[in-house]
Amino acid sequence: MQEHEVQMHVNGKVVSGKVESRTHLGDFLRQSAGLTGTHLGCEHGVCGACTVIVDGDAVRSCLMLAVQADNCEVTTIEGIAEADGTLHPLQEAFRNNHALQCGFCTAGMITSLHAFLSENPNRSETEIREAISGNICRCTGYQGIVSAAMEAAEKLAKR
Amino acid sequence: MGVRQIGARVQRVEDEHLIRGDGKYVDDIQLPGMAYAAFLRSSMAHAKIKITDISAAKGLPGVYAVLTYDTLPSSLVSKTQLETYPAPIIKQSVCPDLLASEEVAHVGQAIAMVVASSRHIAEDACELIQVDYTALSVAVDVVEAAKPEGPLAHSHLKDNIAASIETKFGDVEAAFSECDDTLKLKFKQHRGGCHAMECRGVLGDWQQQLGELTLYSSTQCPYLVRRMVSRQLDCPESSIRVIAPDVGGGFGPKAGYYPEEALIAIATKELRRPVKWTEDRREHFTATNQQRDQIWELEVGFKKTGEITAIKGHVTHDSGAFLNYGLLLSATTLMPLPGPYKIKNLHVTLNTVYTNTVSTSPVRGAGRPNAAYAMDRVIDAVARHLSIDPADMRHINLVKNEDFPYQPGSKHRNGSMMTYDSGDYTGMLAMVKEMADYDNFRQEQKQARANGKYLGIGLACFIEDTGMGPYEGVNVRVDVTGNVIASTGAASQGQGHATVIAQVIAEELDIEINKIRVESGDTGKFPHGIGAIGSRTGVNVGLSANDASSQVKKKALKLASILLDKNEDTLELSDGAVRVRSDSNQFITLADLALQLSPAVAGKLPDGFDSAGLEAVSYLSSDYMPHSSGANIAKVEVDIVTGGIKILDYYVVHDCGRILNPMIVDGQIIGGVVHGIGNAMFEQMVYDDAGNPMTTNYGDYLLPLASEMPEIHVAHIETPSPANPMGLKGAGEGGTIPAIGAMINAIEDALTPFDAYIAQYPVTPEYILELVDSEKIAAE
Repeated sequence: MQEHEVQMHVNGKVVSGKVESRTHLGDFLRQSAGLTGTHLGCEHGVCGACTVIVDGDAVRSCLMLAVQADNCEVTTIEGIAEADGTLHPLQEAFRNNHALQCGFCTAGMITSLHAFLSENPNRSETEIREAISGNICRCTGYQGIVSAAMEAAEKLAKR
Repeated sequence: MGVRQIGARVQRVEDEHLIRGDGKYVDDIQLPGMAYAAFLRSSMAHAKIKITDISAAKGLPGVYAVLTYDTLPSSLVSKTQLETYPAPIIKQSVCPDLLASEEVAHVGQAIAMVVASSRHIAEDACELIQVDYTALSVAVDVVEAAKPEGPLAHSHLKDNIAASIETKFGDVEAAFSECDDTLKLKFKQHRGGCHAMECRGVLGDWQQQLGELTLYSSTQCPYLVRRMVSRQLDCPESSIRVIAPDVGGGFGPKAGYYPEEALIAIATKELRRPVKWTEDRREHFTATNQQRDQIWELEVGFKKTGEITAIKGHVTHDSGAFLNYGLLLSATTLMPLPGPYKIKNLHVTLNTVYTNTVSTSPVRGAGRPNAAYAMDRVIDAVARHLSIDPADMRHINLVKNEDFPYQPGSKHRNGSMMTYDSGDYTGMLAMVKEMADYDNFRQEQKQARANGKYLGIGLACFIEDTGMGPYEGVNVRVDVTGNVIASTGAASQGQGHATVIAQVIAEELDIEINKIRVESGDTGKFPHGIGAIGSRTGVNVGLSANDASSQVKKKALKLASILLDKNEDTLELSDGAVRVRSDSNQFITLADLALQLSPAVAGKLPDGFDSAGLEAVSYLSSDYMPHSSGANIAKVEVDIVTGGIKILDYYVVHDCGRILNPMIVDGQIIGGVVHGIGNAMFEQMVYDDAGNPMTTNYGDYLLPLASEMPEIHVAHIETPSPANPMGLKGAGEGGTIPAIGAMINAIEDALTPFDAYIAQYPVTPEYILELVDSEKIAAE
């Protein structure tokens, strides 16, 4: 199968590699870039676990081909904290509010909320619930996640 | 120090690496030279098969091996999956061949395994394998399958009944002849699948030079996997190390032993390179155990006062194609009857029936949610028949505080009498009514109905047998830096066990939580273990961690007394050191004590010490099974035009005895309630008449989403269990068990004006419209 050269900025670093046309962005990030914090939950584009941020938008990395992300800016869960390791308010809030149990959906939840709150941090609970309605969590019942998002949104609004 | 740890909302030690994306799940592990496996799975529900050509698959560049039944190594004890839980009562046990030989019994059954240099190539090669199918009769509907003349799910059986079991106590016939009235109820229960966000995964790494196999598996029960793979491959347990690293949820179906675990072990041994298989989501729908259908037919005898005196009936339980998890699901369905209600005469039988669908095994709560549902539906049906308020009806029938310890008459799987150790069932009912403002809601409901709005309120009360032994050991060791390593056989799939274990140790040894490292889910780190099933881990590891650290503390005090030349009763352990109470400048740190117990330092162990290291192990468990309990209320609004259901609020009062970490317990309860709401409203595994699964992605199979879930209000009472010294009871599944009943009772309550009887769940909008319409038509 034909291979293509791709190059993208992932978490501020240049990542390049050769991929088959059919390689999706999630597999590229996990296998070629070694960023296994992005998890593949369904590969049908429904569960949201694999969400990453591409050029500012939350994107399901199982539905985007690696070749489509050529020359894009990609942020994964590994790039959410500050460069010095300081946790992002969303990460802090997830821990404070017991917003994760098994941790498998967590990366997708945080990246989805990051993109959503970056547009506008002043959000109601209903809006937050809608924003993550494409992210499935089997453990928490969502309550802790919603509380965490509210707490982080308040902090981000003050920035 | 001296900070209380037990009972505090301690933040989880698990979270830091997970929120940074530094978790390590099976699929995240890359080993040098690793190959990838994919499976060719049956596309038919029941057929004779013949593999006619594998040459094209074998010849595809990058393919290392194609395994079929015929090419499996002859050294295996059996090419058929060994029974995980054999029992004499099983009449006809059928387990799958590791790879199907002549007959397939469900869509998704593994026929061939390809190992290749990439997953893409392995999947490409699967498509090149030629298989001829000859269709056989298909058993899909469990009621049809249970009939003597029903279609056979396996051509070599004489019928589809795997086993018949029963629960029986009291004098049922006499009670029926003495009761005032009777009711007959029939309903179908459908519980969905696992749907952990991480699918299953197995990575095998055979080291030829060492003769050792390391098997990473996203399992709830690494020791079970070790035992079964050891037996299947006929290699000693000591040569197999099973590691469950970070596991992305379990919920029951990951507690079994699966053919893929044996096959990956075989492949890595044959190829002498690491081999990884990661289940994809479609495979999860067609090859991972689910729970699915039960048909319940009950007759209830009761007095005019509302007192229920007798229940008899039959359950038809869909086992799916195989019995690879024994009768645990069937047994846990009958065992909890009659729940928290004082019903003295009961006889319920259950048939476990094969069908050509995915095999079943427990999903969160196992059969307990089914039993709880049955009882709460019975209570509501009789209440309605007698025009007694459902809350009053519960109060009449609940076990009262003076009845504890209460023996309902049923038996545990181990043959012992079921004993409810403690609780306050009527107190919890009163409390949850208060929280939900139950009495005022009835007024609100009346007014709403007058305005064409259909509000409903539903109750459920339940008990849960938890903390099953015989053990889940913990070893506590202080190392020469003064840090503590706790190792345990208890595996974790996100529950927060490490945090709880660390809390218990920190409290006993009076050290900081961040000085404790918990190692679990690795058979190389601890010799014995069972697994995270049946709400048992907190109780078992809580007791063992407490006991082991208490032994370590005694050892530390004894040694310090020798080294400081002081009486033990003048010493205390605080903040990482043994100190002289009267003079805090005189102390010896735990690190130094650990060093003194390293024989290489002192040359010999101090007098009176017969074991090396500042460490101790405990396998302490509860004397008998502590029973958690609870009362739930759901409030809903049903739109009779669209059939839509809005959950307005959900209230929980739960009693899991002494709480170790309220934050973690609430997380378990809330998540569990939402799982139950999913069962009640959304989750449905659909098969067509030919046994084709119709719902194999999350567009077709619906899971609860954040946008539909209500605020879940949780309160606790703590009645310490007398069954163990810490008063602990389990909490992992108590959210799910009552939730389906509370939801369905609420929906039915909303439809009271239509005299609707809900005979099945999940309750879909279509079903609501049917209920509303058929009743309207009947009235006209």
